[in-house]
Amino acid sequence: MWNLKAFIKKEFLHISRDWRTLVVLFAIPAVQLIVFGYAISNDLKYISIGILDKSKDEISRKLVAKLAFSDFFKLNALLNEESEIEALFKNGSIKEAIIIEQNFSKKLIREGKANIQLIADATEPNTANMAVNYTNAMINSFLTEINKQPIQSPLFITEVKMLYNPTLKASWMFVPGIIALILTLISVMLTSVSIVKEKEFGSMELLLVTPLKPVTIMVGKVIPYFILSIFNITFIFLLGYLLFNVPVVGSILTLYFISLLYIILALTIGIFISVSVSNQQIAMMISLVALMLPTILLSGFIFPIENMPKWLQVLSAIMPPRYFIDALRGIMLKGNSFAELWKDFAVIISMLLFFIIVSIKKYKSRLM
Amino acid sequence: MRVILFIMQKEFIQVFRNRMMLPILFMLPIVQLLILVNAATYEMKNIRIAFVDYDHSTLSKHFISKIKGSNYFIVGDNQPSVSNALKAIDENKVTAVIVIPKEFEKRLKTNSFPLKIQVLIDAINSVNATISYSYINQIFLSIKNDNFFVKQKFIQPAQIINVIPRYRYNADFDYKKYMVPGVLVMLVTLISFMLGALNIVREKEVGTIEQLNVTPIKNYQFIIGKLLPFWFLALLELALGLTIGKLVYNIPLVGSLTLLFAFTSVYIILLLSMGLFVSTLVDNQQQATLVSFFFLMVFILLSGLFTSLESMPRWIQYINKINPLAYYVAVMRMILLKGSRFINILPHFIAVCILMIFMMGLAVFKYRKTIG
Repeated sequence: MWNLKAFIKKEFLHISRDWRTLVVLFAIPAVQLIVFGYAISNDLKYISIGILDKSKDEISRKLVAKLAFSDFFKLNALLNEESEIEALFKNGSIKEAIIIEQNFSKKLIREGKANIQLIADATEPNTANMAVNYTNAMINSFLTEINKQPIQSPLFITEVKMLYNPTLKASWMFVPGIIALILTLISVMLTSVSIVKEKEFGSMELLLVTPLKPVTIMVGKVIPYFILSIFNITFIFLLGYLLFNVPVVGSILTLYFISLLYIILALTIGIFISVSVSNQQIAMMISLVALMLPTILLSGFIFPIENMPKWLQVLSAIMPPRYFIDALRGIMLKGNSFAELWKDFAVIISMLLFFIIVSIKKYKSRLM
Repeated sequence: MRVILFIMQKEFIQVFRNRMMLPILFMLPIVQLLILVNAATYEMKNIRIAFVDYDHSTLSKHFISKIKGSNYFIVGDNQPSVSNALKAIDENKVTAVIVIPKEFEKRLKTNSFPLKIQVLIDAINSVNATISYSYINQIFLSIKNDNFFVKQKFIQPAQIINVIPRYRYNADFDYKKYMVPGVLVMLVTLISFMLGALNIVREKEVGTIEQLNVTPIKNYQFIIGKLLPFWFLALLELALGLTIGKLVYNIPLVGSLTLLFAFTSVYIILLLSMGLFVSTLVDNQQQATLVSFFFLMVFILLSGLFTSLESMPRWIQYINKINPLAYYVAVMRMILLKGSRFINILPHFIAVCILMIFMMGLAVFKYRKTIG
């Protein structure tokens, strides 16, 4: 026991001496939260547009003014000819061109019908889609305005209720994912590297000839990162709560329980990697490629799994972070209880058992 | 000159001798293009949706069949009540539920507008929720023009403005055409920035940099010789990625490839300088990986690679003035999808050149200080 304590102390010294890594570890969640929380939203603002007003009459001028002064659009070009549009699209100065046809007012008043043509740059499909929708809505409201008729009640209205995240804050969606990302980073990458490092520098042999048992070495290696992880997730919870009011609807106890379970799983995977490889570079590449990429992409963190092709959905089913993120979102946003999340717990525990058994087998043949 | 060539020769030998390096160089583009492009998509095809139909009328059936008819949705069985529907959302069985209230049709017949429809959406993924809702809304809007309502003699407004949208460059909204250029950007950036930084740090960590310092090799020769191989490799990666993009996803490649490679060459020098700068800040490879991972993450998220720049606040647009990736993402899409020419990308080109000169100066200055 005394041995273990001394060993943990040594490990802590190693970690605290490496201040750059520590800074990055705490800076990553903070910056990610801020970037995701403030920078990523779904409502477009200031879509750059160009307007070609072929009729230049009273009504069309009013419409141009309305579009130009709205918050959605930034009028970047007033065009004289249709041929100018191409160049503006090509140098990216407009995303949408609005073409008002000739004799706009006349047609509108006499025939009751006039045309407006929109050309949208669809290199970004969703932006183009939304830009056209906004323009459409704007033109419709313009029509009711100029007719000065009392606003006709619409055919039907849809009442939408966004469950679990009523104001659609991106930060609410990202906090659980960032926690998974950080835990993977600390627990898998740093642990695996820290053990391999001793191997690479040859100090592992020195450790093995000390009276320390191999188990003690492993446990001693893992405990500092375990503690660091707990600090870090608490930091992320607090940051999310203070900056963006990310709630924890469910029980905090369950939240920590699943997090601890996942940390242990991640640490075990880290050990598994470190007993399997021989140098730091490989350990880092494996944890980056085999774990970071799936954590970010295949876990439903940013991109919904049901949009993916079948073969990727199957691949995502064997990714540990997927179940962790699912459980985190369940507890934090939906308020699910332990009983409702039994599937996620079951999967994580069985993965944990699997990696423990495999690591022990590998470890015996490698270190002894 | 000869000295630089020797260092380059040494670097190439080391790169190709490294068991890890070659698989990474060849696997990275393949994995990224196959997994990333398929995984990173907001192209909705399978929005799982269910109805709660309290009305059971022809009109409500019409709504349901309309949704079923579009190819965005997978329509599940009708739910008997709202509470059942909420439970289905909670258990992740459906993403959205449309509730059609009682007397829906009756209100239409008695002209008591507006008719109300409730939509419940699982907003755990807020981006997904917004897009799903806009698809549902689009279908509802199209129902307005259906015969159904015209037959019901709803009073048409006196004036109509017909809005005719047309989409350029990616008319079929193919998300892959949008993602592939972005992934190519990531590929080039990863190779030049990360490997560039790691490469110099390794000499530091292993201690061989001291040996190199006592040789007559000049600093600039060392830096050029060390980084030039990665300049070639990054260009090679781009060529490889473009080939895969063309073969697998049939990306248009409208513009001039010469222009793309010319711009990329400058961009890579900028990234390599950044890598060199990072390598002067850190002591070992682990730190280099973490630090470059950190910067890359911020740059990538802000660059408009995954989300559109229009949805970001003004201050981020200003930060993006010094974000190399923002320029490169824009230029890549402009050249590949729109066929922009040199004159169109000139402002971006100038910006990248200025950043490059600045970064190179900074990195070389810092490098000299740490070494000396």
